[in-house]
Amino acid sequence: MASRKDSSASVATYADHEVIVPAHSLRNAVTAAADCNDDDPIAHAEAALAQLSSEFGAWMHAECERLEAARQTVAREGFNEKTHGALFRAAHDIKGEAATFGYPELTGVAESLCRLLEHTPDLARIPQPLVDQHVDALRAIGREYARPDLVDVAHALTARLRDVTDEFLKHENRFRPDYLEGIFAPPLVPGAAGA
Amino acid sequence: MVRIDFNRLRFLVVDDNAHMRRILRTLLHGFGTREVYEAEDGAGALEAFTHYMPDIVLVDWVMPIFDGLELTQMIRQPGSNANPYVPIIMLSAHSEKKRIVTARDAGVTEFLVKPISAKALYERILNAVANPRPFIKTGSYFGPDRRRGVNPNYAGPERRKDGKSEVIHQPQPDKAKVLI
Repeated sequence: MASRKDSSASVATYADHEVIVPAHSLRNAVTAAADCNDDDPIAHAEAALAQLSSEFGAWMHAECERLEAARQTVAREGFNEKTHGALFRAAHDIKGEAATFGYPELTGVAESLCRLLEHTPDLARIPQPLVDQHVDALRAIGREYARPDLVDVAHALTARLRDVTDEFLKHENRFRPDYLEGIFAPPLVPGAAGA
Repeated sequence: MVRIDFNRLRFLVVDDNAHMRRILRTLLHGFGTREVYEAEDGAGALEAFTHYMPDIVLVDWVMPIFDGLELTQMIRQPGSNANPYVPIIMLSAHSEKKRIVTARDAGVTEFLVKPISAKALYERILNAVANPRPFIKTGSYFGPDRRRGVNPNYAGPERRKDGKSEVIHQPQPDKAKVLI
């Protein structure tokens, strides 16, 4: 092992790797909790987010309309790299944002659509009716979010779409057992589903 | 117990989704940060990274043109920019193991699965700032040490040559304890 030190990092060199300890340039941003006043930065951030929440309904609507526009482009032009990417990104954004915006029941359907789009090996074989059903379900759940039975309806829709999608993916990937195993592996994050 | 003085930190938020950028900016300002810069794609992010020299980069994975993974790989090029060691926190709706391992192998410092919360984001930033990990450079990897700790149950080859040991042998379990 050889060691050297330059102005910004210390480096220990081994046979096939180096261990570099960069200068701790952010050290001056770390303070002892006892030195802080009682302000809770997390509470402050949550309060700031709550103030913004009056806009979330409109944002969620805009995201659903973006998804619809991407679906219509696919219906018109078919799946290619560009149309597939736009539809996937729209669904993926809804999957990531819906709970933050106060629409957690949209997450499961968006996730099922992401799986369909991501794990179908041949884009031309992605069934348009199944895409349409996902998009229609997302828009309907978003539109009817105030309904008292919304949670039950959303769960039933999500489960059915997920079942059909999973069966389709199993068939389309039947000659790729390793890939299939990855698709159906449990997520690392508790409570999250795949893709 | 430590706290972060966010007023001393400069952030770059990279996300193609304007709503998510607004959420992140709101949370960061709520933590006390004043300087938050934004980019909506990887190309703009590289330019902003060079121009603003952020202390921490928050990056989405899925973006058009070149994505957050590619951006991470571009930043993690020793010698190619002013700060290849910058903490990179990847935020993504991807939650599968394979994805998270891929992000780790690209050199991200922390990974946060969406939906994000103020608490989860704060914890990732706190960890990146207060507990920086050494960087490892091999023929195929440059980034934060992927070993966050020593696994006492690991037995097998030491993949880093010329380290403490080339093969790690775990002591034989105490038979009495096994029986208990």
